[in-house]
Order: sequence, then C-alpha cells, then structure tokens
Amino acid sequence: MNSKLIFSIAKSLLVARWRQTLIAAIGVTFSITMFITLLSFMTGLNDLLDGLILNRTPHIRLYNEVKPSKTQPVNKAAEYKDYYNFISSIKSGGSRQEIYNTGAIMQALKKDSRVLGFSPKLIAQVFYNEGAVDITGVINGIDVLAENKLFHFNDYITAGSGIDISRVPNSIVLGKGLAEKLLAEVGDVVQVTTSKGERFQLRVVGYFQSGIAELDKVQSYASVSTVQKLLGKPGNYITDIQIKMKDINIAPAVAAEYRQLFRADAEDIQTANSQFETGSSIRTLISYTVGITLLIVAGFGIYNILNMMIYEKMDSIAILKATGFSGRDVKRIFLIIALSIGFFGGLVGLLLGFSLSSAIDQIPFNTASLPTIKTYPINYNPLFYIIGIVFSLITTYFAGWFPARKASKVDPVVIIRGK
Amino acid sequence: MSEIILEARHINKSFHDPVTVPVLTDITFSINKGEFVSLTGKSGCGKSTLLYILSTMDTDYEGELLIDNELLTEKKEAALARIRNEKIGFVFQFHYLLNEFNVLRNVMLPGLKLNKYPEKEVEHRAMEKLKVLGIDHLAFKKANLISGGEKQRVAIARSLINDPHVIMGDEPTGNLDKKNSDIVFDIFKQLANEFNQTLLIVTHDQSFAERTNRTIEMEDGRIINQ
Repeated sequence: MNSKLIFSIAKSLLVARWRQTLIAAIGVTFSITMFITLLSFMTGLNDLLDGLILNRTPHIRLYNEVKPSKTQPVNKAAEYKDYYNFISSIKSGGSRQEIYNTGAIMQALKKDSRVLGFSPKLIAQVFYNEGAVDITGVINGIDVLAENKLFHFNDYITAGSGIDISRVPNSIVLGKGLAEKLLAEVGDVVQVTTSKGERFQLRVVGYFQSGIAELDKVQSYASVSTVQKLLGKPGNYITDIQIKMKDINIAPAVAAEYRQLFRADAEDIQTANSQFETGSSIRTLISYTVGITLLIVAGFGIYNILNMMIYEKMDSIAILKATGFSGRDVKRIFLIIALSIGFFGGLVGLLLGFSLSSAIDQIPFNTASLPTIKTYPINYNPLFYIIGIVFSLITTYFAGWFPARKASKVDPVVIIRGK
Repeated sequence: MSEIILEARHINKSFHDPVTVPVLTDITFSINKGEFVSLTGKSGCGKSTLLYILSTMDTDYEGELLIDNELLTEKKEAALARIRNEKIGFVFQFHYLLNEFNVLRNVMLPGLKLNKYPEKEVEHRAMEKLKVLGIDHLAFKKANLISGGEKQRVAIARSLINDPHVIMGDEPTGNLDKKNSDIVFDIFKQLANEFNQTLLIVTHDQSFAERTNRTIEMEDGRIINQ
C-alpha cells in the first residue's frame, strides 16, 4: 500500500499544527516521565527496604529446633498401643541444637546445582561485662568469606575490617549500638561471659551496623572457631546452615526436600518473611496505578486535539476522499498522527524520566540506620522503560482511534455541497 | 459509433428526511469519450445531486451507473475510492487545495495515491500538467499563497494527474470573476479539443453551457432536453 504517502500526509498535518502537536506530546512526555521516575524511585525504595532484611536472610535455613519429641515412649509401648494416651507437661530433653553430620550435609550442598552458596553459622548467648553491668548479647560465629559473598557482610561494617575476624584470633565485630554501650573502640578488648559461666577476652576489630538499631544493640560477629571455643564445642559443631539458592522462588520446595533429606528443620524465606513480599507488591501496584492514570489523562488530551484537528481539516479530508483516498486511508493518517505523538512524546518521556531518576539518584540520603546508602535509591530496570513506551503507544492508539474513525466516516458530499 | 465512457440507467433518488421527496426521477443518459457536456438547470433541480451520484461519492440511489462499461452500483467504499482515484477527476466550486502542501505536491497527491508511477515520474507529469495550464511558475508556492483563479487552475491540474476517463466539475467557475471564468472555460475547451478529454460540468451559467458541445438540461429531477 501507499504507506509512504500516508506517512507524508500525516507528517504534514502534524507539522502544520505543530503547537497543538507539541502540547499533546508534552502531555505524553510528562506522564511517561513521571511514570518512569515514580516506578524507578518506588522500586528502588522497595528494593532497599526488602534488601534490609532479605539480603541478609538466607533463602533456606537449616537448623535443629529445640522441641519435645513427637513420639513419646508410652505411645510406642506395645501394651498401650490401642489406647489414647494423655500426657501433660512434656519437656524437650536430650535434643541437641547442633545439626547432625554437618560435614556430609555441606558436601551434598556443594554438589547441588540449585544452590548458589551456603555459609555455616553458630550462635552463642553471652553477657558482655561492662564493669559491674552485664549486657546480654548474641555472638554469631560465621565464615566471614562465605558470609561476605552471600550476605554482603562487609557492606555493613562501618569501622575496622570484617575480614579480620578470620585473621586475628579471638576477635569480634561489635554491633554499633552495642559498641556504644560498651564504649569499645576498634582495637580494644571486651570481656564476655558465656552461658556456662566461662570468661573470654575478645579483641574488637570492627563495628557492624545492620540498619535495624535493636539488632545492633545485641548482635556481634566472630569466626566460627572462636564461637566454638566460647561454647567449648568441637570443630564440627554448627547450629545453622544458611543457604542461598540461585532462584529464590524454588526455596519452599527445596526446603521441604532438605527437611526430609537431612532430617533437620528447614525454613524458607517466603515463609519467614512473607510480609515483605506483600508490602512491595502493593507499593508497586500503587506506582503503576498512578502512572497509568497519568497516561490516560494524557490520552484524553490527545483525543481532544485530534478531534479539533479533524473539524479543522474537514475540507482536506473531503478532498482526499473525493480524489480517491478510502475511509481506511484517512483512518490510518489520523492513527499515525496519534501514534507519532505517543511515540515521540513517549521517547522524550523516557529520556526525561531517566534524567529525573538519575537526578534523584544524586540527592544525598544519609540515615543512621542505612550505612551503605548515600543517595536516594533508584532502580533502573529496563522493563519500566519498555512498559512506559508500550503504554504510551497503546493509550495514544485508543485516543486516536475514535477521532480517526470519525474522520474515516466523513461524507465528502456533505462537506463539498455545504460550501 | 464512439466509445461510451459514462452511462446512467434509470437512476432514481429521494430524500427521506423528514418526508420522502423525490429528487431524481428516471435519469438515463450516456456520455461518449471526448464529449464536452454541460449539465444545466435551475437551482434545486437536482443537477448537483446527480453529479455526486455519477461521481460515486453518493451511493444512496436506485438504478445503475457504469463508468468505462464497469457497473459501479453496489460496489464497496474502498473499491469506489479507487475508481474515483483512477478514472474520475474533480473540479469543485471551491478549490479544496491542501494548505499544508505546495502547489506541485497538491497536484501530485492523487497520482501518488494511485501508485502507478514512481514518485519522480508523478512529479514530472504534475509539472507537465501545470505547464499545459500555464501555471508551472507557481509549482513551489504554498497553496494558500496564490490567487483564486490560480487555485482553480491548480485544482484542474490535480484532476488531470491520473489521466481520468472523465472530469466532473460542480460549478467550477461559480466563484470566479469573468476573466478567470473565461480562462477556466478555455482550458476545458482546450482539453476537450486537443487531448480528447471527456468533461461533464454542472453549471447554471447559460453562456458557459452554450459554448459546450452538448447540454443536458434538467428540471424538477428529470432530464428535459439532452
């Protein structure tokens, strides 16, 4: 068909009415700019808030929960087999907190191709001795290299060096809040008492700030072997294995599998932190709604301007039809006008949206609880840009469709005889 | 016997709003190739209505219409548009040039739509038509910057671009002064004589009608003299 001709006519009509065209395009540009900025900023914030928890949460956590045995001896006894036994005040006893057979489990995890990585962990409850006052706290024994790789441990070190806990014997990284309470500087020595009553001297090699102040008042980190020493346990004593999957979505299924395979408790991230997913998706939904509302408003603007253009160009439409352009050709001309407004307006909108989000990305944003964040977070997901341009085309198409149909239905006889 | 270009057979038309009023009654006539025909009659006798039926733009009628021995009645809108594009040239009372384009482009538009020749060729042909009408010096002026008489001549050039079988005119001199009317008439005459172009012109200007080869006279929706 005569696409080239149709395009050139559409272009001439656009250029002849460039002021109106510009206003229509600015409407689209504005809404796409806001759409992109809003989504980038909102998603950036979402990621930040989720990352606050999710980055440091393993996708699957293997552990042994202290709990009473499900099968009590009386139920196993042959003579009471057919009875319903009521037992009160069951206590959990004899169960160990450590995971059995950690060596074999770690071997199996290493071979599992779905696993991105894992890091062993053990936890010791301690008292920090500050003169006459004892402060309760928790020391996490970690493999700092694995922890760093999987959970960005170093990002949260605000002073000193996190790696040092694996190099310096009997060293510790204190939570920021805890360090302030203890008045401990990097290089100082703090004294801790374990739950078994033993006292240890640990050298402070760094501060840790997680962004959650409550956590920083009790948490501190040391190497696995240091904590094993604190607890008086052997080198294979591990209470937790934290696993990161390549695909977070398969975590629940894999957790169920590991529960069977390793006979340990396995908790997946979705179960542990379901509220974060909900929050994020609702915030994203709101951003999309606002963005699309803006676009629809811009669409009405285009509709108006095209309608006006059609009334103005009635004569031209009539003569085009008289000289052999069909209704379909006329419709295409006006659809092309609408779509070019959408396309070019949208394209500029994408650029401005990108610039505006980059500008927001430069605004300083310092907060005590987020040590690694220096500026407002922005997510530059290309998907937003694709959605933006697709939506701008769809809205302008529909905004153009009705006026275009009206133009295609213009009866040239009515116009020409009316003169 | 020369070749019949346009034929109307028993065409009837009525307006139905608000009451049924017959406008055209049993119109039957034919036009041969190369004839210069004028269609005259008093205001409201239905001559323009007939012209728009013959032009294929008005499809609300009874009877049969043939152009170039092809029956056009009951054809679809897109097919009719193509026939108008290829076989009919129009000159209206008002020039209907597109102000967005220059004169040359205006003349070229129906040719580009026909898409029979490449753009260069269409441009060359448009220039030829402008030369024949003596307005080639205006080719690159904007359509809204030339005079009324010149505009009408551009409209004639536009009607010629696809070498149509018939040129239809609805009071083409109605808006022009005596001098320009004569120019337009002379052009029509020249087209008929030199290029054997068929013309069907609606006019109420008696002196114009008298100078054509053949006059079809209408009264109250009927042909009374042809």
